[in-house]
Amino acid sequence: MTALIELRDVTIARAGATVLSGVDLTLERGERLALIGPNGAGKTTLLRSIVGLEPAGGGSIRLFGEECSTERQFRKARPRIGFLFQDSDDQLFCPTVIEDVAFGPLNMGCTMAEARERGIAALEGLGIGHLAERISHRLSGGEKRLVCLAGLFAMQPDVLMLDEPTNGVDVDNGLRLRQALHDFPGAMVLVSHDTEFVDELATRAMVVRRGRLIAAEIHEHAHVHRHRHVHLASD
Amino acid sequence: MIARADPRIRVVSALLAVAAVSQLRTLPVSAAAFALAILLVIIAGADRRLWRRMLHVEGFMLLLFVTLPFTMQGPVVATLGPLAASSTGMERAALIALKVSASVLTLSALIGDIDPARLGATLHALRVPERFNRLFVMTARYVSLIRDEARRLSESMRARGFRPGSNRHTWRSYGHLVGMVLVRALDRAERVEEAMLCRGYAGRYPYAVLPALLRRDWMLFASVVACGILILAMDRL
Repeated sequence: MTALIELRDVTIARAGATVLSGVDLTLERGERLALIGPNGAGKTTLLRSIVGLEPAGGGSIRLFGEECSTERQFRKARPRIGFLFQDSDDQLFCPTVIEDVAFGPLNMGCTMAEARERGIAALEGLGIGHLAERISHRLSGGEKRLVCLAGLFAMQPDVLMLDEPTNGVDVDNGLRLRQALHDFPGAMVLVSHDTEFVDELATRAMVVRRGRLIAAEIHEHAHVHRHRHVHLASD
Repeated sequence: MIARADPRIRVVSALLAVAAVSQLRTLPVSAAAFALAILLVIIAGADRRLWRRMLHVEGFMLLLFVTLPFTMQGPVVATLGPLAASSTGMERAALIALKVSASVLTLSALIGDIDPARLGATLHALRVPERFNRLFVMTARYVSLIRDEARRLSESMRARGFRPGSNRHTWRSYGHLVGMVLVRALDRAERVEEAMLCRGYAGRYPYAVLPALLRRDWMLFASVVACGILILAMDRL
């Protein structure tokens, strides 16, 4: 069986400067791969390169078994890879929520009615069906993130790529987001600084260190747990 | 009644009404059109901001009263030093002021409260050229974000002790502010386009579907058009 995403010896460059070199990365069906590393290490650029937004410097990128190097080749694979951007406002460009969620299906050749139907179903699947007619720029940060995710789910992608999905999301919507990602049957590439979130979701991890991408291990061990946290005085 | 009407009907009625007002040539009929426009505003239930907006409009109209009487030929009604004010100029200024005020009031009453975000689907349904409409929709979506960015930048300037004056430092700092807002807007535009590409954008834009027109929409349309024809007939006869 072919891997969903396969990078061999790829050089990742941002604005002309190499940030990662010799990148080997494989994503198989059902895997949830976490990319970990400091700010500015090139994690976002790597995600952008995978879908061809940033031209890779060398090596080969195969998506769903097909070699991709030209915009035309990437364009074919993109609808199967749901890319959740760091800033929801970049993704939500339509005035109203339902228009935005229907955008992807419409691009895949659905009629307007089918696209809306799939959009509504995706919103309801995330428990935010009530937001459909709302104006997108007046949503809260958490609502925006969920609507973005609904826009991706509406396209029924095989892979999700999430760039800091929990940033700026409130607790309630954060729970919905986690639940939805847990239930997502496809594979996932995940960039996050939220260690708790990574721990509970990822099946495998890779670390960016000194311009290289290296495999890391996820292991469990019992230890005495001690931390400080805030309780309301009335509790 | 107007707030619940279909936006397509409201846009088309407003355009027809303004087109009719623009063709008026006599002062009494223009005054009548102005009165009708005020009536329309009262029916629509305009909010307070409208009157403040009208002050801006009337400011420009005041300029006409200052300039036109002195620049148009005609019977002299008053002199100011070497300058002579003509009654023709006064009449012309009054005519323009009445027509412009009537048009602005009509537009405010009919389409002033449509959310810009919802106007895209309306214009699309009215077959407005896609290129123009897309620009409009994108602007409506992102103008508040860009404004927020500008506000944050200027707040951070103030937080670092910036106080605008008329000096080189101020102009240079404002130059940086404007430049930074433009650069960020451009970056934003690129990211938005990339996000669209990621979702397979190939030229189709998902406009909301508008419900079918109701009888009361056509009633509104008919009454606005009737008023337009009426004032045009009064003007010409």
